[in-house]
Parts: sequence; structure tokens; C-alpha cells
Amino acid sequence: MKELLFVFFAVITVVSAGIVSFSRNLIYSVFSLMATFIGVAALYVFLAADFIALAQIMVYVGGILVLLIFGVMLTQKISTVTITHLSVNRVWIVFLGLLLLGGLGYTIFNTSWFTGEMRAAEPTVKAIGNLLMGKYLLAFEVASVLLLGALIGAATIARKEEQ
Amino acid sequence: MQGIISLFESGLGLPELWAFVIGVVVFSLLIFLFIALFVIVAVWLERKVSAVIQDRWGPMRAGLTIQGELQTIADTVKLLMKEDIIPKPVDKLLFILAPFIVFTATFMVFAGIPLGPNAYSGTFDLGLFYLIAISSLGVIGIVMAGWASNNKWSLYGAMRSVAQIVSYEIPIALILIAVVMYSGSFSVKEIIATQDTGYGIFGWFLFRNPFMFVAAILFLIAGTAENNRTPFDLPESESELIAGFHTEYTGMRFAFFFLAEYANMFVVGVLLAILFLGGYAPIWHVAALADIPVLGWFFGSSGFWIILKAMLVVIIQMWFRWTFPRLRVDQLMYTAWKVLIPFTMAIIVLNGIWMKLFNLI
Repeated sequence: MKELLFVFFAVITVVSAGIVSFSRNLIYSVFSLMATFIGVAALYVFLAADFIALAQIMVYVGGILVLLIFGVMLTQKISTVTITHLSVNRVWIVFLGLLLLGGLGYTIFNTSWFTGEMRAAEPTVKAIGNLLMGKYLLAFEVASVLLLGALIGAATIARKEEQ
Repeated sequence: MQGIISLFESGLGLPELWAFVIGVVVFSLLIFLFIALFVIVAVWLERKVSAVIQDRWGPMRAGLTIQGELQTIADTVKLLMKEDIIPKPVDKLLFILAPFIVFTATFMVFAGIPLGPNAYSGTFDLGLFYLIAISSLGVIGIVMAGWASNNKWSLYGAMRSVAQIVSYEIPIALILIAVVMYSGSFSVKEIIATQDTGYGIFGWFLFRNPFMFVAAILFLIAGTAENNRTPFDLPESESELIAGFHTEYTGMRFAFFFLAEYANMFVVGVLLAILFLGGYAPIWHVAALADIPVLGWFFGSSGFWIILKAMLVVIIQMWFRWTFPRLRVDQLMYTAWKVLIPFTMAIIVLNGIWMKLFNLI
């Protein structure tokens, strides 16, 4: 049963990711990105990462994707846009793509994967909270300062025209 | 209910796959029935509430008594019989998909509504987070509808909706933090157990400290805005945009938007009940109440209390709709970013100070 559900969500993720890359219509790409995000969230659930899965939905679907759609909809003539599949620097792209494929393939085949029985999912929030407030406090604070900087920067840029 | 659940968990003596499929179908139908029933009641209630506020009678003809209680059923039959129109210039795929996405998001939230301490979402460690995260999915469907309709008004409505929902999600998440400070957990069970202190309503987070009371009011405001209901109904403001994002929809396709909108009111009611009104915990624990012949069964079941509390919030939302005028777009953004967010942040800080002062940590 679990395998079947896993295959279902994996297919959704991969197929919708394919639509994102190959669709000739930008708006279709953006909307199918939603299916990709939700599929990835479902895969997180299979990895027993409940908090990450919900954060994925909340942040990526509820926030980033919505802003992305907002941006795309403000673009003129979205349905006829051709920029999305202009191919530039083909040689370099092929080179980089092969490099990435090689790197990923090497990692996949040289990692000793955990191959046991599926363990029962345990709540992860408390562990994440303890780690964020303990071991990784510095990284957490630095990231929050960075985000604050980005927020202030965005507000400044947005306000400039009013003067 | 418990019996039915354990019956399905045991697998019905069928192969695992079939038991799963049948279980999913049966429970989906149960949730759908609940939503449909709720909407039928809520629409009738809305008409009656508006009638009382405007000093009219409201629907009086349809039905057995003289209160028009079958009016919504007649309306539903009318909606079912209507012609399904798909205008030529629309983007057909997205146009058809949009109502389903909006409704599915609401439906998924309903799957997580805890009707009692043993409901799955109650024991799930992130139950509350699930409810909030999933309820943010519906906006994608609204945008899809607005864009696919190929209509200026629809697009404007969708744009407004996006700006509104993205803005008002922030105060909701911040208020959640204030509540979680008290409960120490995202689990619905834990939050309600913290409020069920035996002092009845005085255990509720609503009365824990003065700031929590303000937080509850802010949550109601932000929740109403998330639902696109008056005074925040800019995405479909009928005097400016005809019907906003669902202008081009007819018949059942429109009905799905309508169902989702009303069901979302109930979701806000349930969230408010969980966060501030003690969730499924009874308002008062009196053993004698359970002995009353028919009503006792209601007073004894936890589902009754959460639905009652949620319905109260739904009625308050209706009261809002018929009392307040609609906000302008700039006022809407002002309310979210310059009033709600600073207030909620102040509430979090003051909450922390209060808890430290009274040694609640």
C-alpha cells in the first residue's frame, strides 16, 4: 500500500516537474509547479519529516508560489511568451548538465543507503526546536539577520518612488 | 463514529488496497455530506441573519413552517439544473480545474478538523500547523480561476485575493505563536487540554490574559479577511467587479466556489474555537446534563461542543457582513501591515513578559 502511494506521489512530482520545464505556456509551468511542491511535500511525509512537509506547503505553495504567480500574471502577453524556452549557450548547458548528472549519479551509487524496515514516524518538531535553539543557534540568528536585511532592503526599494 | 473507524482500520477482511480505497471513498463522502449540510444550513442562516439586521423577514415561503428553511435546498436544485457554460475565450483546462482546487483545499482542511480527542488530527503532533498550512492552498485555485476566465474583472479579483491572503496569513501565523507559547505544542489535543482546566470558560486562552483577548479579536479579523468575506470581500466586490474571480462560472462550477467559501467560514470558526474557546472541551462539566434524554447525548459528545462554538463564530462573521462597509484596497493593506502585524508582534512580546511575571514558563 505504502509503495503504491509512494509511486503515485513520485509520478506526480516528476511529471509535473516535466511540465514545468517543457510547457510552452508560462502560466501552465507555474501552476504545475504547485503539483511539484505538493508531491515533494508528500515525499517528505514518507521520510517521516512531518514538520518539513508542512513547512514546504506553507512556505513554498502558500507563499513563494503565490508570489511567483503574481509576478507571472503581471507579465504582458504571458500566453505567447517565448523567452521561457529560448536556448542559449547550448554547449555550456550540455556540459553543465552532464556534470550535474555525473555528480548526482556518483553520489547515488556511492552512498550506503539505509535499507531496513520502515521505522515508525516520530514527531520531529521538538528535536528541530532544540537544535535551532541549541547547537545551531548561531546559524539560525545569522539567517534571521540576513532575512531582516532583505526585508528592509525590499521596503526601501519599494518606497523610493514615492519621494 | 469510533466503531466505524475501527471497522475500517481492521480492513473489513478485504485486501489492503481495496480496504484503503473503500475507506477513502466512504470518509470523503462523509466529509462532503457534512460540508453540504453545513452550507445548506449556513446559507439559510445568513439570509435570516441579514433579514434580522435589515429589519426584513427573509425567506418565508419554501418549507414546512413559515421560516423558509427549505429555501437553500430549492436553490441547490436550481444550481444543479443550470446550464454549464464555458465561454470560448477561456483557458479551458485551467478554467475547469480551478473550482476543484479551491474545493479540494477546503476539503483537506475538513479532514483535519478534530471533532474529539481521538480524531487523527488531534493526536497528530502538528495538527494545528496542518490546518493553517492546507488552508493556504485555496488561493492558488482562486488565481487560476481569475486568470483562466480571460476577463478583466476576474483577473482584478484574483490579484486582490492574492495580495489579501498573502498579507493576512502573517498575522494568523503570529497569533498561532502566541497561543503555542501557552500550550507548548502544536498538537490540537495538547492545546485543548491546556484550556480544559476545570474552570469552564475561565480556562480558555481567550481569558488567560488581556493580550490573548485582543489576539482572539485580531484572529477573527484576519480569518474573515482570509475567507474573502465582507468587509474584506474585495476579490468579488459585486459593485466594482461584478463577481470577481468567479464572474464567468455558472451552475455547479460556481457552486463549488460557493461551497468552499461557506465551508471556510466554518474552518475559521473551528480554528478560533481550538485556539481560544477550548475546542471540543465542554463549556461546563456537569454530569447531570448527560442524563437529559435526547440533549444529554449532545452535551456528552465532544463534537457537539466544537460545532456549537464554531457556529457561534460563523454567526459573528455573518453579523460582520451585514454591518460593516467594504474596505478600500489601500485600507485593506493598511489594516494588515500597519495594524494587525505590529499588534500581533506586541502581543507575542507582552505574552512573554506576562508569562515570566506570573511564573507560567
